[in-house]
Amino acid sequence: MRVFDKNRSMLHLVFLFLGGVVLLFIVAPLIGMYFNTPLESFKDAIASDEVRDSIWLSIWTSIAATFLFSIFAIPLAYILARKNFMFKSFINGLIDVPIIIPHSAAGIAVLGIISRDSFLGQAADLIGLKFVGNPAGIIMAMAFVSVPFLINSARDGFAAVPERLEKIALTLGASPARVFFTISLPLAWRSIVSGFIMMWARGMSEFGAVVIVAYNPQTAPVLIFERFTAYGLKYSVPAAAIFVLVSLVIFIALRLVNRKNYNAESR
Amino acid sequence: MLKVDNISLEVGAFKLHDITFDVEKGDYLVILGISGVGKSLLLETIAGLQKPFSGKIFLRGNDITSAKIQERKISIVYQDVVLFPHLTVYENIAYPLKSNGYKNIKEKVIEYAELVGVADKLDRQPSTLSGGEAQRVALARSLAAGSDIFLLDEPLTSLDLKSRAELRALLRKLNRSGITIIHVTHEYEEALSLATKIGVMEKGRLINLDKPENVFKQPKSDFVAHFVGIKNFMKGNLRTIQGSDLKEFTTEDLKVFCLTEANDGEAFLMIQSNEITISNKADESSSRNHFKGEIIDIAHAKLGYEITVNAGREIIITVSGDAVKSLELEIGKEVFVNFKASSCKVFN
Repeated sequence: MRVFDKNRSMLHLVFLFLGGVVLLFIVAPLIGMYFNTPLESFKDAIASDEVRDSIWLSIWTSIAATFLFSIFAIPLAYILARKNFMFKSFINGLIDVPIIIPHSAAGIAVLGIISRDSFLGQAADLIGLKFVGNPAGIIMAMAFVSVPFLINSARDGFAAVPERLEKIALTLGASPARVFFTISLPLAWRSIVSGFIMMWARGMSEFGAVVIVAYNPQTAPVLIFERFTAYGLKYSVPAAAIFVLVSLVIFIALRLVNRKNYNAESR
Repeated sequence: MLKVDNISLEVGAFKLHDITFDVEKGDYLVILGISGVGKSLLLETIAGLQKPFSGKIFLRGNDITSAKIQERKISIVYQDVVLFPHLTVYENIAYPLKSNGYKNIKEKVIEYAELVGVADKLDRQPSTLSGGEAQRVALARSLAAGSDIFLLDEPLTSLDLKSRAELRALLRKLNRSGITIIHVTHEYEEALSLATKIGVMEKGRLINLDKPENVFKQPKSDFVAHFVGIKNFMKGNLRTIQGSDLKEFTTEDLKVFCLTEANDGEAFLMIQSNEITISNKADESSSRNHFKGEIIDIAHAKLGYEITVNAGREIIITVSGDAVKSLELEIGKEVFVNFKASSCKVFN
């Protein structure tokens, strides 16, 4: 027994060491950004309209992409969770495609459907809306690469709601729409909010697809890239560090709120 | 009131074959069957949650086979998933009232909550309720939906004994107030204590539908017959004997002493055939019940022999082949039939 415990504690130590290495790998570069940059450079970056505008653009376009596409993603997630139909597995796989393809290729693909030569581009032109080089295009590029996170999370959330609760609600005189909005949606809400947060975070940090659709106006990732290629590492770090900080603060705050709500519900 | 006409359906491993039955207003129909026989599927088909491949369902003379679920006024209560977990008890009961656009919701909620005995729990979350309390709230919610047919899917199965007894009393009360109930279960004691009619389901078919005493006297199913002693089943009256811990169960033909916790009044008595002995002389053992009778049949059973004795009414006893020989049992012989008061199973 002692030998077993000793072996086990050795194993735990090895795992702890290996796990520590990967944690350090994540944390060290981020912390390094803050320690290796003089305070003055941060002040300059914060004072720069260019930096502030790019971060704000990243934030609002990613929020817009998330809310706009949730109108389509949530119903799809519900159908995937509740109905069985031909090619369902194929569709489930298809949803993950934007995650696995190179994001520059995703940008090219999105550009293909929103450029002026495309049907969508021409239709948008009629109402004076331009996608390319426009926040609307940025929203499309962000949504393309990030909507799978919302669909998957919402689908798992709906699947975890016992179908019998929906059936009971129907027998109690509720219409299918009322059942969806009062039973299915509130019970899957936590997963849906998680999906929102993941989609928003993924969209906001997107570079590859966005840079192809809209180099300008510049989102924060594009600005960081531009500063790096034009002026070098030293000049790009302050903007990068500020963007990372803003993202982390919002991300952690949303996670905390979601967890708090969940705890309140489960009491 | 409700007529199910030749319903057939197959969903995954569950099947229904040509199910036909009628339920009158105020009936309490218990459908008995083992797990997986299709009982829940039948309830869901009546509620409209499953669409039958063939057959029709009529409610008050109207064909509701294709009617919308929410317009049928038929409520379903499941064993496990009972209440909406994100709503309080009050909100659960109010749910159908809001769905149907009622006014005076608060008054109604309190009225139904009082009727089922949960008025002091209106602010509670479902997760804080016991199984029995949750079922009561579910029943109040079904009442609030204005349903006069309740479909109950094993509502007592996961409850403790005390909660079962309390909920049974509530179900009887609701039934007496005019609610028609169709209740599926695999427990025959539940069926006996509640049903005015019993249906037995086997392999997706409804094979026996009759009054409880007839279903158990003449079982048409192995499921019913497998309850040993099922043939010694009688309906009668139970009465406390002053100064004794025994109770007296009387039918038109017999008077039986029973050791039971059942209440006085109308009751069913069951005695397992292997708990009854036969003797050639009056037995002087601890058995409280002795009847003289004539052997009218001796038949091979799976184990030993089944002896049928006419002692005012037919009593069936299972004995070994060895006993048949040593007691020289034969048709026409007069024997004594004996069993203990504690062998009697009595159900109200």
